[in-house]
Amino acid sequence: MIHAHSIRCASLAACLVFVASLGGPPAARSETPEEKGLRIARETREKAKGFGNFTASQTMVLRNKQGQESKRQARIKVLEAPGDGDKSLFVFDQPRDVKGTAFLIHAHKDKADDQWLFLPALKRVKRISSSNRSGSFMGSEFAYEDMGSQEVERYTYRYLRDEPCGDATCTVVERFPVTKRSGYRRQVLWQDKDELRLRKVHYFDRKNAHLKTLTLAKFQKYLDRYWQAHEMTMVNHLTGKSTVLTWSDYKYGTKLNERDFTRTGLKRAR
Amino acid sequence: MPRAFLQMAAAGAVLVLASVLAAGRASAVEVSGRVGLESRWYDQDEAHPGQRSHASGVVVEPKLYAEDDEGRSVTLAPFFRYDGGDSRRTHFDVREAYFLVFGALGEGEWELRLGADRVFWGVTESRHLVDIVNQTDLIENPNEEAKLGQLMAHLTWSGEWGVAEFFALPYHRERTYPGREGRLRGQFVVDDKRVSYESSAEEWRVDLAARYSHSFGPLDLGLSVFEGTSREPCLVCRPPRLNERLELLLVPHYEQIRQFGLDAQLTVESWLFKLEAIHRSGFSNLAGREEDYAAFVAGGEYTFSGIFESDLELGLLAEWNYDRRRENATNPFDDDLFLGARLGFNDVQSTEVVVSLLADAEHSTRSLFVEFNRRLSDSWSLHVESVFFLAVDRADRTTYPTRRDSFVELHLSYNF
Repeated sequence: MIHAHSIRCASLAACLVFVASLGGPPAARSETPEEKGLRIARETREKAKGFGNFTASQTMVLRNKQGQESKRQARIKVLEAPGDGDKSLFVFDQPRDVKGTAFLIHAHKDKADDQWLFLPALKRVKRISSSNRSGSFMGSEFAYEDMGSQEVERYTYRYLRDEPCGDATCTVVERFPVTKRSGYRRQVLWQDKDELRLRKVHYFDRKNAHLKTLTLAKFQKYLDRYWQAHEMTMVNHLTGKSTVLTWSDYKYGTKLNERDFTRTGLKRAR
Repeated sequence: MPRAFLQMAAAGAVLVLASVLAAGRASAVEVSGRVGLESRWYDQDEAHPGQRSHASGVVVEPKLYAEDDEGRSVTLAPFFRYDGGDSRRTHFDVREAYFLVFGALGEGEWELRLGADRVFWGVTESRHLVDIVNQTDLIENPNEEAKLGQLMAHLTWSGEWGVAEFFALPYHRERTYPGREGRLRGQFVVDDKRVSYESSAEEWRVDLAARYSHSFGPLDLGLSVFEGTSREPCLVCRPPRLNERLELLLVPHYEQIRQFGLDAQLTVESWLFKLEAIHRSGFSNLAGREEDYAAFVAGGEYTFSGIFESDLELGLLAEWNYDRRRENATNPFDDDLFLGARLGFNDVQSTEVVVSLLADAEHSTRSLFVEFNRRLSDSWSLHVESVFFLAVDRADRTTYPTRRDSFVELHLSYNF
C-alpha cells in the first residue's frame, strides 16, 4: 500500500548517531549513486517496519478536465507480515453500486501478489490476476501499482541529488520498475532528509514522458514513529484529470489478526 | 410451502435481531440496498399461447446489518419483485436472514452462520456446475445466477491446512419457473401448486453438504459433496396434470441425489485456468430414467491490460461444457463451447461490455449474450442485458421451446 510504505519514518538521528560511533557515514566514499539509492530505499523500509497493523478510511475525489467530480470511499485494514509483503483488505462503501465489495491482497516480496475479490451480489469470492499493475484503481489517477505494496525489491535505484523542497531538504532518487508489466519507465522520488517522508513523485510513462505527479501533504505521526500523509494528490499531465486521496481515522494496534485476511475473513469483511 | 419458509426465516431473523439490539450491543447498524426499474422486450411473437412480448417491473432489495463489539452480526436481506408481464414473476423471498459468530480455534478459526443465507461455490463463468447449496430463482434470470435464500447451519473450520465447511440444510426450496404468460420456458408450464418428493419427509428432509478448499500457491482448489434433495427437479418423472384450460402442467419431482464436486483455478500472470466437474447419482435424465453421470466445464481466461496505451482492458475466455448424458442431459450444456470477450474501460463510470457466444457441438444451436454496464452517478447505475437465439436446432430439446425468446432488458438501479 502506498500508506504502508509512504514512508512513515522514525528519527534518522538515532541511526546516524549509531553510525557515527562506528567512525563515519555508512558506505561512505566509494558508494555509487545506485548503491546510495538502494540504501535510502532500505532505510525507508526499516523505518516503516514494526507497525503491526492498522485500519483507516480513505476518500478519493476524482476530477476530470472540466472539473466534474466523482467520489470513492473505502475502509482499509493492513496487517504487517514479517518477512513478506503486507496483507491488506479494502472494503468499498462508495460508489453505492459496489458497496460491500471487498478486495484482499497478500503482497509478496519475491513473486506476484495473491488477490481475491468478494462480490456481494453473488456472494462469490474470485481469485484475480495481479498482473494488471498499470490499470486504473477504481477509475482514479492512481494505478494498482501506485496503491500496491512498494517492496524494495520491485525497483532498481539511482541517487540523483539533494535539493530544497518546501520547508525541508529532500533527497532525490530515481527508481526503475523491475517488471515489464509496469506502466512506467521510471519514477523520481523526493524524500525529506530529516524523516525520509515521501513528499513528491514524478511518474514517467514507457515513452519517458512525464505522465503524473503525486504530492503528499498533511503529515501526522502515529505511535511516536510512523509518519502518514493524510492527503495525496495525483495529477495526470496528459489528460488534465486529478485524484485527491484523503486518509482519516488511522487506528494502530487494533484487534486485527491473520484470520481477518483469509478467504473466510474476506466473506464477512465490513 | 414458501410461506412456511418465509415465516421461519422472518421469525428467526426478528429473534436474533431483537436479541442483539435488546442487549444494546449493536455497535454498528447499516442499511443499504437497491431499487431497480426493469423492462424486457421480446422482438418475436410468442411460441406458446398466452406469452407476452413485453414486461416491466420493479425490484426492491434492502439489506440490514447489525454488529456488536465482538464482531457478532445479524444480516437481513429481503427481496421483492413486481412484474407486469408474468404474474408468477411477482415474488417475495428472504435472501438472507442469518446470525454470524466466529472465533479462534487453536492456530485457526471457526465460524458459524445460522439462518437463511446464500453460498456460492465455483470458478467458471459460462455455468455454475458445482454450486448446489441454494435453489435457483430461475424466474429471475435464465442464467441461473439468482438464488433463493436457504435455511442452514453453516460451520466453517479453517487453518493453515485449508478451509473445511459443513452444512445442514433443513428445508428444501422449490425452483421458481415462469408462468403461462412468461417467456423463456418450456412448451408446458411447470405446476406451482403441486410438487412431489422422493423422500417421505418431503421438503423437511435435512440435506447435508461439505466442502474443503485451499490455496496452494497459484492453485485454488475446492472439493465438495452434497447428499439430499436435488435442487433441480425431474419434470418428466410424474404424469402431467391438466389445468382448467385443459393445458398440460408439468409436476416437478425432487429426487434424492448425491453429488461430488471439484472446482479448481490456476492463476498464472494474466492467465486463469478453470475447471469444474461433478459426479451426480440418483437423478433422472430427460427420458425420465435414473442415470448416474459426470459433467464438467473446463477453460481459460486471458486478460490484455492497458491496450493501445490506454486504460482499456480486454478479457477473452473460452470454456467447454460437457455432460455425459448428452442427448438426455437436462440442460443445454451437453457438449457446448462458450466463447466470451469482456471489454472494461476502467473509467470513472466503470463502463463494461461483455459479449459471449454459446455454440452447441451436436446441434446447430447458437446463442449470443450481450451485456453492458455503466454507472450513471454515485447512486444510479445502468445495466443492459440481451440474449439472442441466433439459431435453434429443432432436435435440441432443451433450447428449442425458447427459440422465439430473444430479448433485450434495460435495468436502471438506485443503490443506497
